[in-house]
Amino acid sequence: MDDDTDNPTKWMLAVRDKRDRVAFGRLFDHYAPRLKAAVRRGGASAAEAEDIVQDVMLSVWQKAAQFDPARAPVSGWIYRIARNRQIDLHRRKSRPEPEPLDLEGEAPPDASQVLALEQETAELRRALQALGPDQRQIIETAYFGELTHAEIQAATGLPLGTIKSRLRLGIERLRHELKELRRP
Amino acid sequence: MTGIGHHVPEAMLRDYATGALPYPFELVVATHVSMCDTCRAALGAEEALGGAALDGAGPEDLTPGLRDAVLSRLDDTVIAPPRPARRGIYPGPLAELIGDRDPRWRSVGPGVRQSILHDDADGSARLLFIPPGEAVPEHGHNGLELTLVLQGSFHDESDSFGVGDLEVADADMVHLPIAGDGLPCICLAATDAPLRFKSLVPRLAQRFFRI
Ligand SMILES: [Zn+2]
Repeated sequence: MDDDTDNPTKWMLAVRDKRDRVAFGRLFDHYAPRLKAAVRRGGASAAEAEDIVQDVMLSVWQKAAQFDPARAPVSGWIYRIARNRQIDLHRRKSRPEPEPLDLEGEAPPDASQVLALEQETAELRRALQALGPDQRQIIETAYFGELTHAEIQAATGLPLGTIKSRLRLGIERLRHELKELRRP
Repeated sequence: MTGIGHHVPEAMLRDYATGALPYPFELVVATHVSMCDTCRAALGAEEALGGAALDGAGPEDLTPGLRDAVLSRLDDTVIAPPRPARRGIYPGPLAELIGDRDPRWRSVGPGVRQSILHDDADGSARLLFIPPGEAVPEHGHNGLELTLVLQGSFHDESDSFGVGDLEVADADMVHLPIAGDGLPCICLAATDAPLRFKSLVPRLAQRFFRI
């Protein structure tokens, strides 16, 4: 994937800030076919998978205000929505989710933080692609397949640490801004 | 919040991200993450890996018309469910479960109270209230027990746990945690097996077969 021409972060921000339907169409064209393939790994039929894809893509539009490019890559944010949807359908009750850290639209995102997170995410994607097919499949099954515990040894060598530190910076910056806002 | 020294183990955060945890543990993880920026970032990294797997999946052809069907629904009015918000010492996911009232406490010992939030085949979740200096009640479970401090503290021979700290204990671990001085200790305790006192038969089975 070419990160210069293919930029879901920009599309997502256009959806969030301008309610841009063309940008949403691009997100749909990129993610919907991938979501369908991923969801079918969990045993869903093609029709069930497409129902989930519809729900997830509509949630992406409806929840866009909650997207913060400094605190989640677009694909990770969509992954969370999709997995929650799969789990809720499976259990017929919604799963407990962490309290949101909110600052909807109030602070301009730190461009360098956003760019760095994008680059680290691209790095993670490359590292995942570089794994052998068996290992990659273990990870895909754990993240999209049956909802059972899996030892994911294959993930040990992936550059998750850098993303973790990057996200931590994004959260700290947000905490700082929230404090400034609440200062009398 | 600062000063949290006992976090969700990495494998458990991954299981939360992928949906592999039983409900009571999900509740504990979601509650801890609400209090802990370190684990929030670590969970974000796990989800980023899910996202990377998503980027590499398929793609698989969609039924013609699906795109238009979604685009035509963008103007639908949606009533967004309220997002979990903290109430007092109870972080969002817990406040959501308890509702708009105080927990229903039942006495289970000298000054010690509990409020059962969930108990079924997936396991149990309960709030414990332990006055300063009193012992934290015996686990009463098999398997793993997670204990997350919401107020006050407790300690055992080797360690101490303050607000936001998570203790992960297995059934064989012999210890006697005691609530610290100051405010009563209130914690969220969860197991991946039903509480033992629910029924005599499982308890006997547990004893003989160690299931
Ligand atoms: Zn933590």
